Amino acid sequence: MKPKIAFFEFTSCEGCQLTVVDSLQDHPELLDVVEIVQFREAMTEKGEDYAIAFIEGSCTRPSDEARIREIRERATYVVTLGACAHLGGINSIRNRQELENVREYVYGEKKDWFDTYPARPIGAVIKVDAEIPGCPIDKKEFVTAVTHLLQGRMPYIPDYPLCIECKLKENVCMFLRGKTCLGPITRAGCDAICPTYGDGCEGCRGLVPNGNIVSLKNALRERGMTEEQIDAKMTMFLTYQQMQTEGAAQ
Amino acid sequence: MTTVKVDVHHLTRVEGHGNIVVDVENGELKQCELQIVETPRFFEAMLRGRPYDESSHITSRICGICAVGHATASLRATERALDITLSPQTVMLRKLNFHGEILDSHILHAYMLIAPDFLGVGSVIPLAKTAPDVVLRALRMKKTAGDLCKAICGRHTHPIAMTVGGFTAFPKLAELRDLRERLIAMRPDYEATVELFSTLKFPAYERDTEYIALHKDDEYCFIDGMIASTDGGTWDISEYRQVTNEQIVPHSSAKHTKNQRQSYMVGALARFNVNYNQLHPKAKDAAAALGLQPITVNPYMNTAAQVVEIVHCIEDAIGIIDQLLVRGIKPELPAPPTRMSGTGAGAADVPRGTLFHEYTIEDGKVVGANCIIPTGQNLANIEADMRGLVPTILDRSQADITLALEMLVRAYDPCISCSTHLLDVKFE
Repeated sequence: MKPKIAFFEFTSCEGCQLTVVDSLQDHPELLDVVEIVQFREAMTEKGEDYAIAFIEGSCTRPSDEARIREIRERATYVVTLGACAHLGGINSIRNRQELENVREYVYGEKKDWFDTYPARPIGAVIKVDAEIPGCPIDKKEFVTAVTHLLQGRMPYIPDYPLCIECKLKENVCMFLRGKTCLGPITRAGCDAICPTYGDGCEGCRGLVPNGNIVSLKNALRERGMTEEQIDAKMTMFLTYQQMQTEGAAQ
Repeated sequence: MTTVKVDVHHLTRVEGHGNIVVDVENGELKQCELQIVETPRFFEAMLRGRPYDESSHITSRICGICAVGHATASLRATERALDITLSPQTVMLRKLNFHGEILDSHILHAYMLIAPDFLGVGSVIPLAKTAPDVVLRALRMKKTAGDLCKAICGRHTHPIAMTVGGFTAFPKLAELRDLRERLIAMRPDYEATVELFSTLKFPAYERDTEYIALHKDDEYCFIDGMIASTDGGTWDISEYRQVTNEQIVPHSSAKHTKNQRQSYMVGALARFNVNYNQLHPKAKDAAAALGLQPITVNPYMNTAAQVVEIVHCIEDAIGIIDQLLVRGIKPELPAPPTRMSGTGAGAADVPRGTLFHEYTIEDGKVVGANCIIPTGQNLANIEADMRGLVPTILDRSQADITLALEMLVRAYDPCISCSTHLLDVKFE
C-alpha cells in the first residue's frame, strides 16, 4: 500500500505547495509511490486518513490552533513546508508592531471583525517531526525529503552556513561586491540561490546552529550599515526568532 | 417551490480559502455569497518602517502564483515614488519575465484547475493515467514558462534578481537562445491547447458587465499604461482609487469595488475585451478558434481568454528575445533614485487582473502602503454573476447547481491568499 500524504496550509502565499506541484514537472514518478489524499489547492477529494502531513504557513489566529492539533493527532509524521511554517517568516514582521494598530491600519473601523494574534511557526503550536526550510522551499530538497521519509528516515537538513554552498558555486562573495549578506549565519541547502542571482542572503532558511551573529553584525557595521538597516536585514524572515532571543535576554 | 442550499466549505482548486453559500427558499434567493475566510495578511502594515528596497521582496510573498506580478507592481510604485527612470533593457526584461508568469499561471489554471471539471474528475492526478499526453503537455509547457522566469529573475516563486531600478543578475545570451528554441517548440503545444479548449463546452451564461484592464495603444499591456474600461474612459494609474472605489456594501461586509456600475471584472477576459486590437495575430486566430470575440460577456470564457493569452505571450516572448539577441544584454547597474521621499502608484495586469500597489516613502523608508488586488476587485462581480445564474438553473439537481457555481468561481481564477485586505463576509 502506498503511503498516504496530505497537504495543509495556514497563513501563507501557497508558494511552497506550488513548488511541490512544480517538482512533479521533473519527478512525475512521485505520484506512483505516494497517494495524495488531500491537497485543496490542486484537488477536490478530501481524505482524512494520512501518514504524512505537510503543513505550509504560520499560525496567526486562535481558530487555526484546533486544526493544527487535529492534523498532529491524525498524522504519523508532521513536516513543515517553508519559512512561514518553520520560522514564522514574513508573517511575523508584524509581531513587533502593536497588534491593534496593525489591524486598524489595514481594516479601519472594521478591525474587530478579524480573528488574529501574533504569527507563530507551526513548531510553536505542536511537535513537528521534520522541517523543509526556505521561502519558498527548494524543489530538490523537497523531493529528497520525501524520498528519505519513504525510506523511513528523517530528512537531512544541512547544519552548516550558506557560505559553503556559495563557495562551491564559485560565486564572488557579496561583501566583496559591495553588498551585504546573511550567508555566514544562515542554514545552507538552497544552493546559495540568492547570491547566485546577485542578491544577498535574507536568512529565509533560518539560523545555522551557533552562528556568530555578533561578528556578522560588526561586519555589517563596518560596511556602513546603520543599526536600523541591520535590524531590518535581521528581521525580514527572523522577527520571531529575534523576539524570542530578546525575550530570553530580559 | 424550489428550495436549494449550497454550502461549499473551502472551495478546492483555487488559490486560498473561500466558501460558496447559496440559500434559495421557495424559489426566492435569500443568500448568495462567496465568503472569504482566508486569514488576514496585514502586508500593508508590515511594510511601514522598512527600507524602500525591501518592499518588492516582502510583497512578492503575498502570493506564490503571482509573485512576479506583485514584485513588478511593487517596483513600479517605488520607482514612481522615487522618480527612477528605467533603461530600455530593464523594461524589456521585465516584460519577458512577466510573460513567463502569465504563462505559468494560465497553464496551471487551465489544465490543472479547470480541465478536471470538464473531464469529470476531481483533480489532474487521475488524468496522468487516462490522458498522459495532455498532462505531460501541461507539465512541459509549465516548465518552459518557469524556466523563462528562472533565467531572468532566478525563480518564479519568489523572484530574486528583480530590484528597484533594474536587475541584480542577467540572463546569458546562450540561455535566451535556448529559451527561444523551446518557446518555438511550444507552438504545437499551444495549438493543441487551443484545440483542446475549443472542444470543451463552456456553460452558456451571459451577463453584461464592465471590464477594466490596463491599456496601451501600441501593445497588449501588462505593465504600466492607462486604466481603461469597456464602458469608456481612461484614467492615469495614480487615479486608481477613482476606479476601484473600495467600499462596504449593505448585503455583505466584504470590501468590494465598483466603478461605473455596481461591479466590474478584471482578468484575462477583461484584458481581451479591452485590448483585443493589440493581440498578436496568432492570438487573434486562437480567439476565433475558441469562439471568442470582443466583447464576450460569459464569465466562464475567462479560461478561453487565458488560452488566447498563452498564445500571445509565447509569440510576444519570442519577439522580445529576438530583439534582445540583436541588442545584446548589458550587465547594467540598477537606475538610482533621484529623491528619497515621495508617493507613487504602480500597476501591473497580473494573471488574475489589474493589481495596484501604492507607497509613500520618507527618507528611504516606507511610511504608507496600499495594495488592491484583482480578486478583491472581482468579488462583487462574482456575486452578481452568482445571483444572475442561480435563478436560471433552479431546475437542476443540487449537485449540478453546486458544480455550476464552483465552476463559475473557479473561472475567475480567484487568488484568495492575495487578500491583503479583503474583509471577512459576515451575515445579517
